[in-house]
Amino acid sequence: MNYIETDGVKIVLRNFGKIDPLKVEEYVARGGYESLKKALTAMTPEAVIEEVKASGLRGRGGAGFPTGLKWSFTKKDADQKYIVCNADEGEPGTAKDRLIMTGDPHGLIEGMAIAGYAIGATKGFIYCRGEYTTSINTLNHAINQARENGFLGENLFGTDFTFNLEVRSGAGAYVCGEETALIESIEGHRGMPRFKPPFPGGAGLWGKPTVVNNVETLANVPVILDKGADWYKSIGTEKSAGTKIFILCGNLRNTGALELPFGMTVREVMETYGGGLLTGRDLQMVHLGGAASGIMPPALIDTPLTYEDLQAVGQGLGSGVILAIDDQKDFMSYICSNTHFFEHESCGKCTPCREGTARINEILHRIAAGDGTLEDLDNLKDLGEMMQISALCGLGQAAPTPVLTSLEHFMDKYVEAVSGKKNEVNEEAVATEAIHKSYYEAAPIKLD
Amino acid sequence: MGCCQPIDKVTAIVEQYKGEKGALIPVLHAVQKELGYLPKDALETIAAGLNIPASEVYGTTTFYTLFSTKEKAENIIRVCESGPCHVSGYQKVLEAIKEELNIEVGEATEDKKFYLEMTACLGVCAEAPAIMINDKTYVNLTPEKVKALLASF
Ligand SMILES: Cc1cc2nc3c(=O)[nH]c(=O)nc-3n(C[C@H](O)[C@H](O)[C@H](O)COP(=O)(O)O)c2cc1C
Ligand code: SF4
Repeated sequence: MNYIETDGVKIVLRNFGKIDPLKVEEYVARGGYESLKKALTAMTPEAVIEEVKASGLRGRGGAGFPTGLKWSFTKKDADQKYIVCNADEGEPGTAKDRLIMTGDPHGLIEGMAIAGYAIGATKGFIYCRGEYTTSINTLNHAINQARENGFLGENLFGTDFTFNLEVRSGAGAYVCGEETALIESIEGHRGMPRFKPPFPGGAGLWGKPTVVNNVETLANVPVILDKGADWYKSIGTEKSAGTKIFILCGNLRNTGALELPFGMTVREVMETYGGGLLTGRDLQMVHLGGAASGIMPPALIDTPLTYEDLQAVGQGLGSGVILAIDDQKDFMSYICSNTHFFEHESCGKCTPCREGTARINEILHRIAAGDGTLEDLDNLKDLGEMMQISALCGLGQAAPTPVLTSLEHFMDKYVEAVSGKKNEVNEEAVATEAIHKSYYEAAPIKLD
Repeated sequence: MGCCQPIDKVTAIVEQYKGEKGALIPVLHAVQKELGYLPKDALETIAAGLNIPASEVYGTTTFYTLFSTKEKAENIIRVCESGPCHVSGYQKVLEAIKEELNIEVGEATEDKKFYLEMTACLGVCAEAPAIMINDKTYVNLTPEKVKALLASF
């Protein structure tokens, strides 16, 4: 994965490219595991939670929930609690957690041990997506080294705190990034989301209180304890503290991942680090935040990349993807590929999402085939809004976002596709659908 | 000869994980790695060994796209079709693979050397278009590059 160097402050990628990730001693030489030592020997669990709360750290998995607050909601009395790291990184366009896991695995391990101490968990799981074989191998290697060096295991730093860590491999299901589906998957079941409440903090993995945090979230924690909440809060903006890894991809001159303080605008990042679009091309749209986030029109690219500014214009930061799409790419075929994705990934547990994703995909492909009507556009909106309020989990609630935001900002393209002379067959979108239809597994085998 | 039957390998894997919480998915991964896919008798052995109903083992197996209950081929090609690869032109790479191997998506070559399928994001989006062959990811592909890559297998 391309990494784009910047001049600014680095937090989660502070060691990236500066150490050999397979050598724990190099991590230690740069101050590694000092924060864990500080937490265990000089701070109470409550003090750790307070520090993280005060830092303003918000979850980097997509929802942006305040991390310290989440930790403080964990049920107090329980014979066993768990900390789970969400390393499923399934959001299309997202390639950030893998950088941390392969470039600085001990940063994540240290963050998890500190989180475990803070909430009272003695065991942690890293649920890593199955395709990330290098990340899984690197993490396992690092966990062994940490254990051999007394950073994992029993009586850490001479205290009575014990913490062990295990990597579990996913098996190819986007929905398993949803925290309760992820828990189901670790337990060995189909990755279908649970009804909430109870929330994982009350009853999660095997019914025990569980905190689920993203890789990037946890990798911030050692630095917060080392440099303090005030230092951390001074980076970024008031409501979006710290840095974020962004992934520049699509039709830009330079593409890659980079760590930046919150607050630059989409345009600034695309121009300064992405080098802008290829000569002679114009920006059609930016798909910001991942497949489940909004489609941003060029008119909004001066919005700063912060939780609050994006929310104010009806957009979201999601997982940090900045996918630039130029004017030579076919609009409808892009939208169709997106709706196809959600139809495929819906787990089927609840009707609004199972049916909604299928019908939305069907309507869009009908439009692409030249058979769309204006009524279809109303139906898309109705279906999308129905899913937002009634789907069981975040997948179904967010799946219609690209369709709804593009209807809002690109209605002219939809109207053109369904009306008058322009009501033509969109070869590219139809060809894409033909690919999609052909790849489901052959007849399942029967068990007695 | 007991030790060399595939099903004995399955039994050995199950023994290794038995008693661990949530052992099913790690066992499925390990068995698929050993056998290349998850045939019916392997699933039945796993079910009996882990004391889980066979229906549940089957339900879990078929929920996940990385598990396969049918034998595919020696090498599995997965072409990413997510947004970044879409706008970077995966379609041309896919066409090149289909042409070179003379198969459609969801098919294996006659000699069972390659099987072709689509996948969602592989997490290397800044270097799109990307494909995976077995457990390795290949990036920045063009029709020419992918043909050369296939020839190297
Ligand atoms: C369909 C779906 C997929 C998700 N995928 C991921 C993912 O790949 N990685 C992740 O960290 N969070 C993902 N999330 C969000 C998690 O449910 C959860 O909010 C997050 O892991 C919490 O961690 P954080 O508070 O540190 O952000 C997903 C949510 C949904 C609904
Ligand atoms: S919203 Fe979709 S993914 Fe979520 S539970 Fe319902 S069907 Fe499953």
